[in-house]
Amino acid sequence: MLCSSDVEYIQDKIGRKLTDLEAACFENLWSEHCSYRSTKKLLRTMPTTGKNVLLGPGDDAAIVAFSDDIAIAIGMESHNHPSYVDPYDGSATGVGGIVRDIISMGSRPIALMDPLYFGDLKGEKNRYLFEHVIAGVGDYGNCIGVPVVRGELTFDENYSGNPLVNVVCVGVVSPDKYLTARVKTPKSRLLLYGSSTGRDGLGGASFASRDLSEDAEAADRPAVQVGDPYTEKLLIEATMEMTATGKVLSCRDLGAAGLAGASSEMSSSFGARIEADKVHLRESGMNEVEIMLAESQERMLIEVMPQDIPLMTSIIEKYDLKWSDIGEVIEEPRYIVTFKGKTVCDLPIDLLVGGNPEESWPAKSYSAETAYKKPTADIKELCRLIISHPDIASKEWVYRQYDSDVQLRTVSKEGGAACVKLGDAGLYLSCGCCPRQIALKPYEGSANTVYENAANLAAMGAEPLCVVDCLNFASPVHEEIFWQIAECVRGMGDMCRRLDVPVVGGNVSLYNESDELKTRILPTPSIGMAGKGVVRKFVKPAAGMKLGILGETKEEYGGSMLDLVTKCGGAAPSIPDVSVLKEVRGLVNDGIVKSASDISRGGLIGTLASFAPQCGIDVSGTKAGAFAELFSESYGRFLVAYEGAAPKGVREIGTVGGDSMTIKADGTTVTIPKSEMDEWYNSTTALMRF
Amino acid sequence: MRFAVLQFGGSNCDRDALHVASDVCGVDTDLVWYKDGLKKNYDAVILPGGFSYGDYLRAGAIAARAPIMADVVKHADAGGLVLGICNGAQIGAEAKLVPGVFTMNEYPKFICKGVYLKVLNNTSPFTNRFRLGEVIKIPIAHKEGRYIASPEDLSRLEAENKIAFKFCDEKGNVDAASNPNGCTDNITGVLGGCKDNVLLMMPHPERASEEHLISTDGMKVFDSMIHYLESKGE
Repeated sequence: MLCSSDVEYIQDKIGRKLTDLEAACFENLWSEHCSYRSTKKLLRTMPTTGKNVLLGPGDDAAIVAFSDDIAIAIGMESHNHPSYVDPYDGSATGVGGIVRDIISMGSRPIALMDPLYFGDLKGEKNRYLFEHVIAGVGDYGNCIGVPVVRGELTFDENYSGNPLVNVVCVGVVSPDKYLTARVKTPKSRLLLYGSSTGRDGLGGASFASRDLSEDAEAADRPAVQVGDPYTEKLLIEATMEMTATGKVLSCRDLGAAGLAGASSEMSSSFGARIEADKVHLRESGMNEVEIMLAESQERMLIEVMPQDIPLMTSIIEKYDLKWSDIGEVIEEPRYIVTFKGKTVCDLPIDLLVGGNPEESWPAKSYSAETAYKKPTADIKELCRLIISHPDIASKEWVYRQYDSDVQLRTVSKEGGAACVKLGDAGLYLSCGCCPRQIALKPYEGSANTVYENAANLAAMGAEPLCVVDCLNFASPVHEEIFWQIAECVRGMGDMCRRLDVPVVGGNVSLYNESDELKTRILPTPSIGMAGKGVVRKFVKPAAGMKLGILGETKEEYGGSMLDLVTKCGGAAPSIPDVSVLKEVRGLVNDGIVKSASDISRGGLIGTLASFAPQCGIDVSGTKAGAFAELFSESYGRFLVAYEGAAPKGVREIGTVGGDSMTIKADGTTVTIPKSEMDEWYNSTTALMRF
Repeated sequence: MRFAVLQFGGSNCDRDALHVASDVCGVDTDLVWYKDGLKKNYDAVILPGGFSYGDYLRAGAIAARAPIMADVVKHADAGGLVLGICNGAQIGAEAKLVPGVFTMNEYPKFICKGVYLKVLNNTSPFTNRFRLGEVIKIPIAHKEGRYIASPEDLSRLEAENKIAFKFCDEKGNVDAASNPNGCTDNITGVLGGCKDNVLLMMPHPERASEEHLISTDGMKVFDSMIHYLESKGE
């Protein structure tokens, strides 16, 4: 329901009572999901421009120049609430939604990434959510033929009752041929095509902007949409073929707030008159509110001149899709809907789109770091706890379910960032964030999230081009949560400025808390980063190569894997000196370093588990101490492999190879035989499959 | 020489197959929309991977009954080459171009993985550029890719040397550990037609045909087809 202060505000502006449809339009378009009413002021502080940014935030997706003849379209969205209520369809339609954002730019989708956050896998419900979210993402992405090339997984009890499904999609388009979602001229027609409209997903935008209440599953089922990837694939091909004619003036996908959202936002540069009776429906007896607000999936809207309608509809029909000519763009800045001969909505379009009062919440800072207590367990046991934790353990059970090779561009999926061949260069993709550290120090943690993704790229020799984000938080009505949000935006913005990387798009997902389980999610400003470098495949270092660390280790355990498994507390990582990024790019691109990985989650131990699980290292007598070398998660460090003498600035710690991992640390020697390492590292596969 | 790559609604490796046939191998290749029928004489028809009709009912079941498949069967009966890859193999099996079916993986999830294959026939139009017993690396990506056939069909396939590829390990051992989907006898590439002019395979040779990809072993499937057609023409 629209809150009473909004109703008063609107009725005061238009001088009369709202119709049912008008009230529903405002409820959805003024929701946090569509209007960013709580966060707009903060978001404006982010750097959004740069020499490569052809189209920044505000459209369905951003357009960023990649080379002279290739631009990328990039967007990121969350589909959190639906994925708790119905994990398979919720996550599948999350993929569908962001893919349509990319195709509505006239761009062919070429890659997906999915940073996901779940509750502890010890819980049966969490395993169910995990299994079905992965299946939903996989089945949808596989069917439409867009490879999932990268992802991230975080498991923490704070996500029980509120898993997060964030998806990044990247497309390619010619730099001078992309479409936008802004209508170009009055007297043009609006064509709706794709699936027919039914009562599914009614009021999803306002649903997404609420807490999940106790009866979330039962009561909100109708608010979750059901996906049909086959239709989405037809929609991709039809849209590409129509775009190629050069006759599509503008294009928008139907997502949150359905046809009302898409048609009003798209037309806000002029105005629109929509005939709700013209919409092709899949069930009878729908009223104007249902028709205009339903979030039935796989639907798009294009603006075309009346004389081009026959050509467009012949393409739509080639792909067995349905269409309807639902209205026209008008000169007058009004949003008008007629139904059964009556005007059921007639509003100033700029009041409906973007006319909402901004909301300002009080913020209150907190300090959550605790004093560090050194864990009592021995080093080998700590290694076991960290390596077998699903945050660190092999993600093979997940990524095997994704077709990562379709479209023949995927060069490299291992290592910190994926490499996708675009023209003669490599498009590098990385995603995720470090919620437990962010919870302790929102500003530093969010800055480090940006840094860490750039570090993933640097380890492949690549430089960042742009960032997209999903700002997932609990409810901003809590003063400390609003403070978190403000600090995270400030931290991300500052690091993006320091690295000269623009934030070109994203979304905000608030109210991620569960009455049912009394949980609030950790602050999760999850990002997707795209970058560019030479085409390179990540290879694990070969036996006999030397291992070394570039960068300084500090005793920073707060929010680390060690903290998670032992509750040891400690200071969360500080912001590192970012000049190390340039240094490591140089080492990789000059071929001095054969393989590199940034040291982040799980510290050196977590990194070694995937980078060089069989090796011999000695971390005795270092400045930070052996224990910190192994478990601290301070940033600004890379694990590098090389042949011969240690490159300048690199501290040699050991050699790759052997039949175990042997760690010498101040007088103790720990040996982890390969069989034991494999068992720990494959724990997620063992849990989910066997 | 002219190839056709069929496009059903839901095909998603059509452009990949086109790219390899046309840009990498240099063969004139048409994308043919399924509603248009086979209007030209093609030397080879490629049924590409994907999710024709969204895999509704059974993978390949609906596409196999589309009118264009009558053209494809006629083309195969006349000795024309038909290469079915992944969903194309499922469609081909549903259209009875070879005996047996491709059904749900033993572990009923999608599996995307680089795997090794052993070449068991190197005389067919699709495999003549391989060595007999050669171990090649080609990726798979499927959920309904487990090949199953009756014991009678299996012994006939064996006897007539119709098995092109079996899953194996890096060293060429064909065993349960190297079988990713639970298929019968590790079989994943089956020949059909009177001249072995049909090959249905779950692995994706087009995904192993360029330097930046997992290997270039898949190229030899296309090279074999070109070699066969060129020597036939002489």
